[in-house]
Amino acid sequence: MTDTTMTTNAAMTETRMEDRILPDKTIGQVHVEHPRMTARAVDVHYGTKKAIDSVTLDIGERQVISFIGPSGCGKSTFLRCLNRMNDTIDICKVSGLIAIDEQDIYDPSIDVVSLRARVGMVFQKPNPFPKSIYDNIAYGPRIHGLANNKVELDQIVEMSLRRAGLWEEVKDRLDQPGTGLSGGQQQRLCIARAVAVSPEVILMDEPCSALDPIATAKVEELIHELRAEYTIVIVTHSMQQAARVSDRTAYFHLGKLVEVGETKQIFTNPVHELTQDYITGRFG
Amino acid sequence: MTNLTAGALSPKEAIDRVAATLRRRRSAEFRFRFWGQAAIGLALGFLVLLFGAIFSNGIPGLFQHYVVLDVELNKQRLDPQGDMSVNSLYAGDAEALIREGLLAALDNPTGRSNTRAARGIISSGSAQRLVDFVYANPDLMGQTVPVKFALDDDIDSFLRGFIDRNTPEADRRINDTVIQFVDKLMASERVSYEVSDYLFFGSASRDAEMAGIRGAFIGSILTLFICVLISFPLGVATAVYLEEIAPKNRFTEIIEININNLAAVPSVVFGIMGLAVFIVLFGMPRSIPLVGGIVLALMTLPTIIISSRAAIRSVPPSIRDAALGVGASKMQTIFHHVIPLAMPGMLTGTIIGMAQALGETAPLLMIGMVAFIVDVPGGVMDPGTVLPVQIFMWADFAERMFVQKTSAAIIVLLAFLIVMNASAIWLRKKLERRW
Repeated sequence: MTDTTMTTNAAMTETRMEDRILPDKTIGQVHVEHPRMTARAVDVHYGTKKAIDSVTLDIGERQVISFIGPSGCGKSTFLRCLNRMNDTIDICKVSGLIAIDEQDIYDPSIDVVSLRARVGMVFQKPNPFPKSIYDNIAYGPRIHGLANNKVELDQIVEMSLRRAGLWEEVKDRLDQPGTGLSGGQQQRLCIARAVAVSPEVILMDEPCSALDPIATAKVEELIHELRAEYTIVIVTHSMQQAARVSDRTAYFHLGKLVEVGETKQIFTNPVHELTQDYITGRFG
Repeated sequence: MTNLTAGALSPKEAIDRVAATLRRRRSAEFRFRFWGQAAIGLALGFLVLLFGAIFSNGIPGLFQHYVVLDVELNKQRLDPQGDMSVNSLYAGDAEALIREGLLAALDNPTGRSNTRAARGIISSGSAQRLVDFVYANPDLMGQTVPVKFALDDDIDSFLRGFIDRNTPEADRRINDTVIQFVDKLMASERVSYEVSDYLFFGSASRDAEMAGIRGAFIGSILTLFICVLISFPLGVATAVYLEEIAPKNRFTEIIEININNLAAVPSVVFGIMGLAVFIVLFGMPRSIPLVGGIVLALMTLPTIIISSRAAIRSVPPSIRDAALGVGASKMQTIFHHVIPLAMPGMLTGTIIGMAQALGETAPLLMIGMVAFIVDVPGGVMDPGTVLPVQIFMWADFAERMFVQKTSAAIIVLLAFLIVMNASAIWLRKKLERRW
């Protein structure tokens, strides 16, 4: 009996959601004064399916912007366009313009390797290399030739681990495998690995979804500190997290960027009904 | 609203029904376990039978009978040119000196039939053995020293009890005089039973007591060396290309299907292809390990490619993402991360392929590696044979002693395989990383 009722309720929510009209234009401030990255009318197709529909957005320098929205809304897809990680998917086609410092990143003259050195990435699941902690951090600087000698490399490793707040915990066991760390430490190791190649932008794809609350708190604290030097884009499923760590928040729905604005404004005074419903937990 | 309680069981009824099915489920589980254990037991039984048969024949095959004779190392007769050169020694009369030593051990019987019987007791390779002995110990020249010679394979079989002295003389492979002489040698404690040096250091021979596996063993090593040299890099490169680089389209799909089909092609077909292409078309010599290795490489390639692809596919995509994410190029991602992580699996596939190649006979018969070759191959261009072909040939010979030598060679082949597999496991454990 309860089953039937629940189905009916769900169906009703569905219809209510369908009723909401996706806006033709993104609501709120898509432009900022000092953009580090700009996206203009970006469409992404997976085969014939449209995953992102005409997204225009500026990502401000030394700001944290968070992407929120229900599952499958395209926020991760859009994030992966920013350092062309979608290139690895054969059927994925990106159109529109994405630029970093006014340089089109999909321009044929741009080397994707140098782009990814400038736009680092942290993934949902901690994915350290099955190598030592030291080698995990040193890998990026080594392949990009960032250090001229061992001393410089040691400095980069220490600096990166310090920035990721991991130095004190691992300084005595740098030669031990990175995979032997706890989940939270592994994720901070991955952040340190991204920081080690001195990127301008760090993309984080749900970096805390596999972590416990304490580890999450540490990573959030870290994001707070990293903001002083890096531009950070974070995809998150936790609205509290978005509210805590970001300066701006963008709400995606069914491949469209519905609303974007100051985090405070989005969470206290959302304009669009969909944003409002999502923030208040009506669906998601 | 529909009545959801219609047709529902009361808790009591439900428990009863569950109890009824429980018994059926238990007995099904019991039957399943019984048949599983029975199957394993049967398999183990056959394994024990197989090993029992091989070892009961093969262990005695590792040994043979020798006789120690006092031979006068007469300088003039052994070394007519007096320069101790190989030519001079072979021109010498080693055979007569051995015969004299043998007759002396038998208290100098006279008469032609007696001397002929005596000559048949020791191996026909004894003169060669004496020449080798003198060549290795030139200072003993001029003295009368005890030298060890192999007994003829019929005598060996007689001493092992395969020839019954009670059968009528006409039906026996050895006559009464020979038996009498052998008894005399046994009584004087000149006969010993020890590990066969001919088996391990001798090469192919029509005389069972002198036949050994050295040539075939070296041939196997050379052939496998060529095989792994070609198939491993080629197989791994193909797997990496198909898995990581090639676009997924109709063309690569056809290639993939064909590779899988190739793995199921009977090995003799590869032999025919080797014969047609390498020997007839390219004019390469027959019977050489180089051609054998190439043919076996083609045969093992599909195995290596398939297992390498599986190994590459099992590398988690998150590792590739991580490498690409810090700006590694595609090649760097493959060479720094994917291949090292897939290496244990690739090696396992390679070793399985090599083990298959080591035991292969049919394709090598086609390219002439079945030839009777006495010389140990010194390189990949020298004619040679391989262990399984040697076993195949020995199994064809009628002498009783070849049966044992065949089993002994099988033991050596198995030992070779076990060493290969053990090193593969060791290598895999060493390279294996967890993530």
